[in-house]
Amino acid sequence: MSPFDELEQVRADALDALTACTTLPALAAWEKQYLGRKGQLTRLTRAVGTLPKEERPTFGKRANAIKQELTAAHEARLAQVKQEALSKDLAQGAVDVTLPGRPVALGHLHLTTQTLRQLYAIFAQMGFEVYEAPDVELEAYNFDLLNIPAYHPARDMWDTFWVRDEPHSEARRLLRTHTSPGQIRAMRERAPQPLRVILPGKVYRYEQITTRSEHQFYQVEGLAVGRTITMTDLIGTMHQFAELFYGAGRKIRVRSSYFPFTEPSIEIDTDCILCGGKGCSVCKYTGWLEIAGAGMVHPVVLQNGGYDPAEWSGFAFGLGVERPAMMKYGVKDIRYFYGNDLRFLRQF
Amino acid sequence: MRIPLSWLNDYVDVKDVPVAELRKRLDLAGLEVEKVDVIGHPGAELPWAPDKVLTAEVLSVRPHPDADRLVLAEVNYGGSEPEIVVTGAPSLYRRRGERDLHLKVAFAWKGAVLFDGHSEGWTKRKLKETKIRGVRSRAMVCSEKELGLAEEQTDIIYLPDDTPVGVPLVEVLGDYIFDFDIKGPFGHLQSVYGVAREVAALLDRPCSREPLEAVTRLGLHTTEQPDFIDLEIRAPDLCPRYTAAMIRRVNIGPSPLWMQMRLRRAGMRPINNIVDITNYVMLELGEPLHAFDYARLHGTQPERPAIIVRRAAAGETMTTLDETPRTFDGETLLITDGAGPVAVAGVMGGLHSEVAPETEDILLEAANFKFTNVRRTAQTLKLFTESAGRFGKRVDPELTLIAAARAAELMQSLAGGEVLPTVGDLYPGRPQPVTISYQPALADRLLGVTVSPQEQARILRALEFQVEAQGADWTVRVPSYRLDVRRAVDLVEEVARIWGYDRFPHTLISEPLPPLRENKSLLGEEQVRDLLVALGLDEVITYSLVDPQDEGRLTPPAAAPLTLPGQPVLLQNPLAPERAQMRRTLLPGLLRTAWANLRYLERVAIFELGRIYYAAGQPSVPEARTGVAEPRYLGALLTGPRQARWWQPQDRSALDYFDLKGIVESLLQSLGLLAETQWQRGDHPSFHSGRCAEVRLHGKRLGFIGELHPLVREAFALPEQPIVLLEWDLDLLLAAAGAVEPERRLKFISNFPPVREDLALVVDEDVPALDVQRAILKAGYPLVVGALLFDVYRGPQVPPGKKSLAFALSYQAPDKMLSSKNINSLRRRILKQVQKRFGATLRA
Ligand SMILES: [Zn+2]
Repeated sequence: MSPFDELEQVRADALDALTACTTLPALAAWEKQYLGRKGQLTRLTRAVGTLPKEERPTFGKRANAIKQELTAAHEARLAQVKQEALSKDLAQGAVDVTLPGRPVALGHLHLTTQTLRQLYAIFAQMGFEVYEAPDVELEAYNFDLLNIPAYHPARDMWDTFWVRDEPHSEARRLLRTHTSPGQIRAMRERAPQPLRVILPGKVYRYEQITTRSEHQFYQVEGLAVGRTITMTDLIGTMHQFAELFYGAGRKIRVRSSYFPFTEPSIEIDTDCILCGGKGCSVCKYTGWLEIAGAGMVHPVVLQNGGYDPAEWSGFAFGLGVERPAMMKYGVKDIRYFYGNDLRFLRQF
Repeated sequence: MRIPLSWLNDYVDVKDVPVAELRKRLDLAGLEVEKVDVIGHPGAELPWAPDKVLTAEVLSVRPHPDADRLVLAEVNYGGSEPEIVVTGAPSLYRRRGERDLHLKVAFAWKGAVLFDGHSEGWTKRKLKETKIRGVRSRAMVCSEKELGLAEEQTDIIYLPDDTPVGVPLVEVLGDYIFDFDIKGPFGHLQSVYGVAREVAALLDRPCSREPLEAVTRLGLHTTEQPDFIDLEIRAPDLCPRYTAAMIRRVNIGPSPLWMQMRLRRAGMRPINNIVDITNYVMLELGEPLHAFDYARLHGTQPERPAIIVRRAAAGETMTTLDETPRTFDGETLLITDGAGPVAVAGVMGGLHSEVAPETEDILLEAANFKFTNVRRTAQTLKLFTESAGRFGKRVDPELTLIAAARAAELMQSLAGGEVLPTVGDLYPGRPQPVTISYQPALADRLLGVTVSPQEQARILRALEFQVEAQGADWTVRVPSYRLDVRRAVDLVEEVARIWGYDRFPHTLISEPLPPLRENKSLLGEEQVRDLLVALGLDEVITYSLVDPQDEGRLTPPAAAPLTLPGQPVLLQNPLAPERAQMRRTLLPGLLRTAWANLRYLERVAIFELGRIYYAAGQPSVPEARTGVAEPRYLGALLTGPRQARWWQPQDRSALDYFDLKGIVESLLQSLGLLAETQWQRGDHPSFHSGRCAEVRLHGKRLGFIGELHPLVREAFALPEQPIVLLEWDLDLLLAAAGAVEPERRLKFISNFPPVREDLALVVDEDVPALDVQRAILKAGYPLVVGALLFDVYRGPQVPPGKKSLAFALSYQAPDKMLSSKNINSLRRRILKQVQKRFGATLRA
């Protein structure tokens, strides 16, 4: 066979073989066999030297034309095979989109932490910084310095856990029954500078554990001391708090009350978040929910904190942490909070 | 404290004020009304229909023609003709055959709804027309039970003789009972009269002084040496005043219906007229009284009995009215006679001198005792009586004589007694009148509203303060009963609450903000919370009070005991033995939480961030030191399958040490501390000895991490599955994070792809992998940017006692593509280092 015939033979073989190629590897093998560096076409082209000189250009031209033709055919076939594979893949790779996704473990902040953070954020906007005080307190800080001497009837307001101390200890200790002792600590640290703090933390009461009462719970106390602070500032601050915490448009009402460390003392209610003031079982049909106990810092307490009551005045307020969350989410049993049932905690 | 509105109306007329309005005014003024019990009126449990439940009078009683135990009562209920009512009421049955009676009763027509008198509990029943043994019955006379006034069915109710006939019963017996929750030590609000005085001031209405004026009405005078008794106060510090009145020849019997009704509505049980009167006056005026049977009191001399008020001798005993023998300590104040104790002062009388049916002469005690001592005694004896409760809230000593006279007057009119005009009265603790210098401007300064001086004076006067209002400096004299008012700010409160908080505008603090400071410690804490939650853990908050035995449960038997910091803080009065100690470790709380949750869930991944508590040093008030350290700790626990079940194959093997370690490595990485920690084999009795690490940070122990010891797992009743946990010192962690924070700088981010190659090193079995990894990174610094340990091999291909550690190295420069020459040189440096430090050889 002449090289020309051979050339035509290779072309015919290649085109034949190409149609039989249905996969990418087969096409790659075909390319190698016919168009590769050691492929048949290349080998034939090298044979050009054996031809008479005058035939060489014709041969070269033809070889080139065939190479281009085969390359184009290969590309076309390649595109075709890819398209077929893609169509096949798209047709076969369909999944049931309703199957559940791969589970990822998601962590949760405790509901108390979430509530505390809300309170921190609200009062930070009003310039109150967070001040922390110890859980185990001196009797003097929890009571006496807050204007509650021993055997004073006001002590009945708090059932106290006492630390087992040596008898007749000069400095009896207890688990703080409220966050108020932090008031004295904060004032003594900052006097005579003006002061705006909130005091969050665990408090403890000697109370039987029921759906409504726990022996350990959280409180957030607020304290502002300055030269011109008034009762209307306190009421306004509480109103602002109610709107930010319980929702815009909340109304508040103020009742006179009694706390030994404030004078005058008040309690603040907001219109019931559940019934909007119409009356329901949560607000005991009064339309109001108590949200804070508060008052103007008692002069004795100001004095104990290192401020001269003739020049300084201040307000203090105490907020619950679990109760608002209970109201908001319809939690009927406070024991869920520190029982740590994850089925409870993971709902928030 | 329960106060019937009908009683309140005796002193201040509020009949025209709607009940809801009155309640609101009281609430806002600080007299919190917890609830209002309604009797007879709409809103009551059993409203009495005004057209069907009426007052009436029984005119005559005839035997029933056909029934032995029933009678026919002829009842005038205001209709045109009397109604014949069939009844078995015992008191009417006894009067069968009598005529011309005018017995006032409660009468109900058919259609009225009443409680069933003959069934247990409260069953409502509609009255229907029937025939009883041939006699038509379409009405009845009612008992207290049927009207909902008493729990027991006794006789029918009799109304006072002057009750008009044919009016709705609700107008006569209906009531609203205000149940007050008055916070604070306010003796002056512990009585009907005290509340009436407040209501009068609030509504600007007059208040009757009638109950206060019995002294004048009876013409009484006082003496320190009455001829009927020897009086002596040996403890004047605890007994500022002792008043004793004498009422002779009383007839003991039941008290009248109206008094019984008031007592019951106020929550007390009627006993007999004398005891009821003492209780009634206590409720009315707030002064607890005690009636002794005069004949049972002994003297120090034969001619007359004696009352000596003194401290008990330690160990002295007496049986109280509740038939309980009591032993006293030396600070208990006793009322004694010539023979011994007859009452615990202000708390409870003795059984021996109690008023009995045969009592004739009454010695009536009206005294004043130091409130703190009464409270102490009540607490010591656990005897919380109405009397102790009132004394404990401070009672005005001026009240003794007023109340004694009031009670004597009632004993005269209701028990036929004869009041002796001379009253014994020792008053060693007569208080000085209290005056306060007051500037009305103080109210403006503290309240932020302007209440005019005239208005302030009006309010204070309405509350019975005497105000000398001249210029800016006033003198205000405090009424004797306002023991709570001692300072100018107390007057500001009076002004504010009567003026009305609902009139206060709402403002915000107008002063500039005080300098703000960052609370680094809290920010750090919250950052750790966020990171751990992001790493898939749930936050728990457990109790600070724990079972002291839990510390022991953390140590397996025979192991060296667990060392915890300091000494435990124990409670004097725990609620329960398992809540008797402040926790020194977070581990038991985590283990118990895991236990509780594994009942419902297969996988628990939790952390707690909170304080532990231990005694360290002495407390000191001047130094504000509690002697208790409260460092913050971090605890975490994992247990259960690594991955949740799913519809494709999942890794269901148990979470292990490396899961928890991976989590905390991410945490440390985020805090910039990963490279700062040292990890070494840990020795902690609660952990599996081979799977426990001690983690150190800057030379200090951060804490332990590892798998729970199987015996500790058993001690906490946990299921047989690996439980991994850690407990670290959070304060230490955050301090270190705070310290490295300023040093943290951005590491280069290269635009050239890294060159990767694997390097397997053979080292001795005991060489820690972390050390090798750190040595590689150090030797290759800064161009070796990663040395990921991806395989640990022990087996035939390495010599015995050796292991192969395979690292995937990444070489990368910030500014160029590294050449193979660069890399060869780096690799040589690394191999030289690890060879030198660990004897490591390249695995063939
Ligand atoms: Zn409501």
